[in-house]
Amino acid sequence: MNAPILWIGLPFAVGLFILFFMRNRFAAWLGGTIAAILALIALIFPIDTALLVASVSIKISPAIQFFGRSFELNTADGPLLAMIYGLAAFWFFGTEASKTESRFVALGLMIVALLTASIAVEPFLYAALLLEVAAMLVVPLLVPHYQKAGRGVVRFIIYQTLAMPFILFSGWMLAGVEASPGDLGTTIQAGTMLGLGFAFLFAVFPLYNWIPMLMEEAPPYATGFLLWVLPTFTAIFAFGFLDRYAWLRSTPSIADAILFAGVFMVASGGIFAALQRHLGRILGFAAIAETGLLLLVMSLRTSEFTTIAFLTLIPRGLELTVWALALSIIKRKAYTLRFSEVQGLARKYPVAVAAILLAHLSMTGFPLLAGFPSRLALWQGLAVESLTISFWVFVGLLGLLVAAVRTLAVFVMTSSETKWEWNETWTQTIMLVIGMLGLFLLGVFPQAMQPFIASLPTLFEHLGQ
Amino acid sequence: MVLDIVSWVAVVLIFVSATAILISHDWRISLGALAVMYLAAFWLVTRHLPFAMSTVKLITGWMVVAILGMTRLGLGETTQEDTFFPRGIWFRITLMGIVALVSIGAAPRIEDAIPGLGLPVIIGGLLLIGGGVAHLGITSDLLRVTLGLLTVLAGFEIIYAAVESAILVTGLLALVNLGLGILGSYLLVAGSIPLESEEDEA
Repeated sequence: MNAPILWIGLPFAVGLFILFFMRNRFAAWLGGTIAAILALIALIFPIDTALLVASVSIKISPAIQFFGRSFELNTADGPLLAMIYGLAAFWFFGTEASKTESRFVALGLMIVALLTASIAVEPFLYAALLLEVAAMLVVPLLVPHYQKAGRGVVRFIIYQTLAMPFILFSGWMLAGVEASPGDLGTTIQAGTMLGLGFAFLFAVFPLYNWIPMLMEEAPPYATGFLLWVLPTFTAIFAFGFLDRYAWLRSTPSIADAILFAGVFMVASGGIFAALQRHLGRILGFAAIAETGLLLLVMSLRTSEFTTIAFLTLIPRGLELTVWALALSIIKRKAYTLRFSEVQGLARKYPVAVAAILLAHLSMTGFPLLAGFPSRLALWQGLAVESLTISFWVFVGLLGLLVAAVRTLAVFVMTSSETKWEWNETWTQTIMLVIGMLGLFLLGVFPQAMQPFIASLPTLFEHLGQ
Repeated sequence: MVLDIVSWVAVVLIFVSATAILISHDWRISLGALAVMYLAAFWLVTRHLPFAMSTVKLITGWMVVAILGMTRLGLGETTQEDTFFPRGIWFRITLMGIVALVSIGAAPRIEDAIPGLGLPVIIGGLLLIGGGVAHLGITSDLLRVTLGLLTVLAGFEIIYAAVESAILVTGLLALVNLGLGILGSYLLVAGSIPLESEEDEA
């Protein structure tokens, strides 16, 4: 057995199979089951280690050659693969509940496979090409065939495409910087190119205008998936750069640039979220603020860098799944998702409304919820660095909290005579309840993430040292 | 010597085709110019990549032109037109002139920084990148956005071919080009297909 075939080839092939041969219900179950099995295999079977099961010796070999280049998944990648495919399974199982088209599962599996390939490919900077291909596969999810493409999706594809040349070229220049570290001109050029590339990929302020646009014009479940999957893999890709090039880690101006980009995103995302009257746009701005938090983590000069980063990434996946699923359910009743249309829905969709609020509060960093432990760790790191930065991060998170309170107020805005109803289906209720329990579980018992987080830092040899 | 002359001819072709893509309101002329642009880009790429690998870029480019052309042909004449952005031909020609001046001005410095690229390759690449970015800046029409992105990518590929010759990269870049063509076609067609329920399809 071969790791790249198992975690890249197989899900891609299953995705193709579902795309051409399967319908909604079975697609969701097949895709979810495959992703869950792959997550379990990654958790149980270490890569490149021989295991004796009964009388059979099993070893998952780590590498495969493809067009003269290597795709390699090592032992250290196991927990990361388990995390990615575990969260992907939750997204795919939720497809049926969200009434999303079956091609979500098919394309989703292919996207996750391609993004896994971006972790595995050597030289690692070729990942930029795979990220671009994955971004292109997202577009059919965002624009159903019966709907005209809006401005958000066009901007999304433009920004993702422009990122690729910058990253590829900066990768080539970085090799030159490594060879002659004293050459300040090349260093600045390479740093600028790399910064621009990642600014497009991470949708750094002001390049994130496509996110709220997409949340208005595209299905929330597909957009939520995009907002989970691309920033997660982009972050891992960025960690790879920081890990490989010592001067990127040690140059203070680069850390400052990342820090200020993060602060801008958190503050502006939070403030804009507080001013919105559209549930989808609020999710969009919350996701922007959360990406800003990731950037802040990247700028921290602490040995706990990777731990805090993954402590942020794991709950992010769950929060976005629950939030996007609940929004999809609400959207079937109130198509535009504007405040004026969702007034009083707390009594008609109590589970979905509770899920939206819990996911929102978790992103705000509310105690006892999944987002809290990572926020706490981040506050500790930031408070040491700068109180001004901490203040602006506080303003951003306060903005998110205000948005949550406004959302709650709108949902319960109805006469007291209105009867309580339960309009969610059983599948929707079960999925949302599991998600909400997960949010509580990760908040109250953050050590549940320990098996992943303990070994994830080994992915990056030099980070956090 | 002859090779250099042909390279400069390719640069002129690139300038003319990029300008045509930018100013033309007729999609047939735009796609024709894109096909010519891929031919000129192919020649510049052969200066650094083996002929077979360069051919991949040419064939892919022409496939993209065919995909977009067939899709656009199937849509018939549409009246979709940008109203917000400047549409005057002279504005666009001036824009392309500025791109050309910047490219010519920047090329010697890039040649100093990356010796061996060759001035025609640098100028050709920069013309396409600049032309593509200018195009993206003044349009929101789906076909034109696709053309702009393909133009930027073609320019980048010309320069990147000089520094990276891996087969996997060439293959993936071809995939990205094809993907953009298919995506452009999908977005052009999206919304023109009537909504069918699962029951209707069965």
